[in-house]
Amino acid sequence: MTQFLSLLLNGISLGAIYALIALGFVIIFKASEVVSFTHGSLLLLGAYSIARLSEPLGFFLGAVVGVAITALAALAIERLIINRLRGAPVISLAIVTIGVDIILLTELIRRIGSDILNVPHPWGGGSFRIGDVGISQNRLIATIVAGVLIALFFAAFKYSSWGVSMRASAEDGETAALMGIRLGRVSALAWVVAGALAGVAALFLVGSPTPGVSPTVYTVALRAFPAAILGGLDSTGGALVGGLLIGMAESFAAGYQDQLLFLGRGFGDVVPYIVMIAVLLVRPSGLFGTKELTRV
Amino acid sequence: MSETTAPPAQGPARNVDRPAVAAAPRRSWLRPLLLVVALVVMLALPLYVEEFWLRTGFAVFGAIVGAIGLNLLVGTTGQLSLAHAFFLAVGAISYVFVSGESGGIGLADLSGLGWPPLIGMIAGVLLAGLAGLIFSPIAARLRGIYLGVASLGLVFIGQHVLNSWTSVTGGFNGRSAPEFSLFGFTFGNTDPDLFVLGVPFREAERLWYLGLVLALAAYLFARNLLRSRPGRALQTLRDSEVAASVMGVNVQGYKARVFLVSSMYAGLAGVMYALSIGSVAPESFGLEVSILYLAMIVLGGLGSVGGAALGALFVTALPLIFQRYADVVPLVGGPGEGGLAAGEAARYLFGLAIILVVLFQPSGLAGLAARFRRKGRDPGGVRPTGHSSAATSSSTSNVPSDRPAQGSTT
Repeated sequence: MTQFLSLLLNGISLGAIYALIALGFVIIFKASEVVSFTHGSLLLLGAYSIARLSEPLGFFLGAVVGVAITALAALAIERLIINRLRGAPVISLAIVTIGVDIILLTELIRRIGSDILNVPHPWGGGSFRIGDVGISQNRLIATIVAGVLIALFFAAFKYSSWGVSMRASAEDGETAALMGIRLGRVSALAWVVAGALAGVAALFLVGSPTPGVSPTVYTVALRAFPAAILGGLDSTGGALVGGLLIGMAESFAAGYQDQLLFLGRGFGDVVPYIVMIAVLLVRPSGLFGTKELTRV
Repeated sequence: MSETTAPPAQGPARNVDRPAVAAAPRRSWLRPLLLVVALVVMLALPLYVEEFWLRTGFAVFGAIVGAIGLNLLVGTTGQLSLAHAFFLAVGAISYVFVSGESGGIGLADLSGLGWPPLIGMIAGVLLAGLAGLIFSPIAARLRGIYLGVASLGLVFIGQHVLNSWTSVTGGFNGRSAPEFSLFGFTFGNTDPDLFVLGVPFREAERLWYLGLVLALAAYLFARNLLRSRPGRALQTLRDSEVAASVMGVNVQGYKARVFLVSSMYAGLAGVMYALSIGSVAPESFGLEVSILYLAMIVLGGLGSVGGAALGALFVTALPLIFQRYADVVPLVGGPGEGGLAAGEAARYLFGLAIILVVLFQPSGLAGLAARFRRKGRDPGGVRPTGHSSAATSSSTSNVPSDRPAQGSTT
C-alpha cells in the first residue's frame, strides 16, 4: 500500500511536468495548426541554458533567464519559419519543425557531449515524507508550481483578451481575422507561452530523481507527445488529464517493474506509448479532442 | 504553309505541340536513351570503382527502397508516419532470425531457423507487411498528424522489444546478419570465386548488383502503382478524403492498404540494411532513422518516386562521403580533431535543407528537376512551376477540406 501511494504521488508529480509540456503542444496546435516536433529540443535547450547559466548568475536568475531563452527560441521559430508558412498543409508544418529539431538537437548534443550537467537546485536532492510515503522535494515543488501555472493558464485562457482571441482563432481563423484579431500575434504569443512552459518543465525535469542534463532529457520530453495526443490535440483540459495519466502509468510500470519483468527491463519508458495507442484505438481523436465531423 | 508549321518543330522546342499539357511529356527517344546509358553505367561501375563506393551504393539502394515506400504513404497519401524505422527493424530482424543459425555468441543465446536467405528476405518483407497490417486499423482511423504521433510510439515500442527479446534480436548488442545467397550463389567474398574482365567480384560488387535489381524493381512497382487506379485513389485521398469517398474510393481500405505496401517496402529496406551493415542492433532503428527517411522524401519531393530515390541518395551518401573526405570538406574534422564530426555536419545540413525546401521549394529536388526541364522546353513561358507539383497542389486544395465543421473547442 505504501508503495502504491508513493508511486501514485510520484506519478502525479511526473504527470504535472508532462502536462506542462503537453499544454505547450496543445496551445501551439490550437493557435497555429502546427504539431511542434521541436518541443523535445526546446526542452533540452531550456535545461541546457539553465544548467549553464545558474553557475554565473545564481540559480534563480539563471532559471528565469533560461526559461526566457527557451521562450525566445520558440518565438524565433514562429516568426522566422512558421509564420511564413501560414495555410500550408499540416504535414509540411510538422516536417519543418522536424527540420528545426534536427539542427537544434544536434547543436545541443554536441555542446553537452557525454557530460551530465548539473543544475544546482537550492532544494537539493532531499525528499519529503508523509508517514511512509516519500516524494523528492524537487518533484513536490514541481507539482505545486505546475499546478499554479496551469491554473493561471486556464484563467488567462478563459478570461484574458489573449485567451479569448486565441480561442476565437482556433475556432475559425478566417472569421477571427475578419473580426480584427491578429492571427500572427496570437500565434507568436502561443509559441512564447509554450516555450516558457517547456522551459519551466525542463527546470524540474532535470532535478532529482533524474540525474541531470543529458541528451536523454530529449526522449523524456517526447513522452509528453502521447500525453497531448491522448487528451486530444486541441483540448487544453485533455493535455492536463493526458499528462497525469501518462505520468501515473509510467510511474506504476517502473515501480512494479519486478512483477512486469516478463515484458522486459525499462518497460516504464514505453508504457506512455502503449497507453496512447490503446486510447487511440477506441477514440481516434483522443479523450477530449474535437471529433472531426465531415458532412458531405 | 510550311512557315506556319515550322516554328513548333524546331530544335529545342520539340514538345511544344502540346503546350497546354506540359506536365505530360511526349515520349521522345531521349528519355529511354538516357535511362539505358544510366543503366549501362550502373552495370559497369563495379569494374572500375573501388569498394567504398560500391558499399555506399548498396546502402543507398536500400535507402531508396525504404524512401519510395515512405513516400507512397506520406507524399502520395498524405499520412505522416514516423514509424518507418520500426518496420525496417521488423524486416531486418525477421531476416536475421529466419536465415540466421541458432547458437550462443558470448552471453546471448540466439535462436534462428537457418533457412535459405532468400526465404529470409521474403519473410522480412512479409512480416513487416504483417506488422503494418496489424497497425493499420489504427492508421486507417487516424488522420495525418494523429497518425504521425501514434506511429512515433511504434518506434519506441520497437526499441524496447529489440532490447529485451534477446533470443531473437540479440538484445542490446545486436546480432550479425547471415550472408545473402541465391540458389547456391553466395553474395560473399568467395564461393564461388568470380572474376569478370580480370576484376575480382567480391561481396561489395555482388551486393551492388543485388541492390540495383531490388531498387529498380521497387522503383518500377511504385511508379506503376501511382499511374494506376489505386495510385490515383491515393492521391485523391491526400487532397480530400471527402472528395475521395464521394468518388467511390474506399477510404479506410486504401489507407490500410497503402500502410501495408509502405511497410513491406520498409521491410525490404530493412533486410538490405542488415546486409549492408552485416549486423543489426537496436540503435540502428531509432527515431533518428525515421526522421532521416522523412528528410529523404521531403528533400526529394513529396509524392515523387524519382524524388524519393534522389533524396535517399543525398541523405545516405552525404555522411559517408563527409566521413571519408573529412580532411577536404571545410568545417568537418575527423574524430578527435577540431571541427564538426561528419555525422553532425550532415545533420546540420539535412535540418537546414528540410527547412529551406519546405519554405522555398515544396516540391523538392524532383520539382527542381521538372522546372529546369520545362524551362529548357519553352524558355519564353514562365510559369510558377513550383506550384504545379503534387506536393503543393494539395496545399491549396485541401485547406477547406482539412477543417471540416468543428464543434466547440477545449
